[in-house]
Amino acid sequence: MNPSTTETVQSPVPPPDNGVSFVEEISHLLYASKGNPINTCIQCGTCSATCPVASGGFMDNSPRRIIALIRAGFKDAVLKANTYWYCASCYQCTVRCPRNIDIAELMYGLKRYSVWRATGQEDLIGPTFTETFVKMILRTGRSYEPVLATTYLFTYGLPEMIQEAQTATTLMIKGRLPLLPARIKRLDNFKRMIKHIIPMGDKE
Amino acid sequence: MKTYAYFPGCSLEKMAHSYHQSALETARALGVELRELEDWNCCGATAYFHVDELLAFTLCARNLAMAEQQKLPMVAPCSGCYKNMYFTREHLAHDPDLTEHINDALAEDNLKFAGTSPVHHLIEVFVNDVGLSEIKAKVSNPLKGLKVAAYYGCQILRPRKHAKENVEQPRFFEDLVAACGATPVDYPLRLTCCGGALIITNREAALSLVRNLLESAVRAKASVIVTACPLCQVNLECYQKQVNREFGTNLNVPVMYFTQLMGLALGIPPKKLGIGSELVAVMPAIEQARQAEPAPVAT
Repeated sequence: MNPSTTETVQSPVPPPDNGVSFVEEISHLLYASKGNPINTCIQCGTCSATCPVASGGFMDNSPRRIIALIRAGFKDAVLKANTYWYCASCYQCTVRCPRNIDIAELMYGLKRYSVWRATGQEDLIGPTFTETFVKMILRTGRSYEPVLATTYLFTYGLPEMIQEAQTATTLMIKGRLPLLPARIKRLDNFKRMIKHIIPMGDKE
Repeated sequence: MKTYAYFPGCSLEKMAHSYHQSALETARALGVELRELEDWNCCGATAYFHVDELLAFTLCARNLAMAEQQKLPMVAPCSGCYKNMYFTREHLAHDPDLTEHINDALAEDNLKFAGTSPVHHLIEVFVNDVGLSEIKAKVSNPLKGLKVAAYYGCQILRPRKHAKENVEQPRFFEDLVAACGATPVDYPLRLTCCGGALIITNREAALSLVRNLLESAVRAKASVIVTACPLCQVNLECYQKQVNREFGTNLNVPVMYFTQLMGLALGIPPKKLGIGSELVAVMPAIEQARQAEPAPVAT
């Protein structure tokens, strides 16, 4: 694990005026989960050991450590961590957790928490990718792969870019890349349906 | 004939069109009708659940409500779509307030969610509803000698830990492979993640997961990997060149859908199963296994 991350840990954030502490806020993210609340965690580290991404050394803070940071109130450190954006949602941690905490669901919850507060690290592709994907679905009702490529290609070096282009060309020849975006038929109804849930402007 | 409301999902429209073709062909051969939902919308993939659960549930509920209108159980061939639909139905069924709120929105499209259509993954339909003995009986071209790594992926099983599923030691995929006459190989990473959407958001991590998986299957002498998810297929197949470049490996393993494997065993011509659109050719492995098997002795 990257040792430099310990430096990013500042101090615990004191409870805000509304009396809801950070740990309570995060615990509430799992209100609908079938698992146990995160304060039942015994810090055994099974989640981190079983996580293919954390055990590969790709996360700056392991899932176990994230839970420890949440419970100790280190809000800034949690919001700056890449842990949940590097979670592949494979649910191995959820399955293996001896305290039956739905850790994969917690990672989803932390993504939502940081998306709405725009607090993530700037070089993460995850939040940009998510935003592009969501806007695309709201526009057409269907996903369209070529649009998604624009969200990450700029982060690549030239060799990766060339390789990506070669793969894309082969897929195109094999008829596996769409030339035009698909859209659903009852798109007007669909958009009104979405407006019921979240208010959106008419402009794309 | 058993009929299902078929939700193909966005991947199967183009990138995984061969999965779509082979699903329809195999289902037909086994007496299952997959009736595509009219005007289905994207399930939200993982992206939507990163932003807003309520809207993500609404997107899935629209599809579920359309299946209910048809009075049919829903089947999804994509593991991601399946997981989203399955859990949306679960959540809504246990939360009447949430259902009411979402139904207000669905009314804009003259739809209503009631929770009457169960959700299945396509592989469940074949394994449980059709049944392995029925499949075995219809196999006309057993794939003898073909060593197959059955790859489960994540979303079919593990999220359903609470549903008392055997999520740690399942066998149904291997049994299905065996029913097709092929030989399933045992390899340690058969249930480990392929990296999923990290292939876009964290390429380095995803490529390393793909590499581990492919090497695990190759070490077990598998000549083909079989998946039940379009994203697993793309990660494992289309990124092999990138993996080789990154890690100096020399991997070249065909990765096919389980419906293509079944289709071949059922005697459906490869072309009808979309075989030929893969980047690592499947047929050489199939032919090689056939030639290695001694010809049946006429009695």
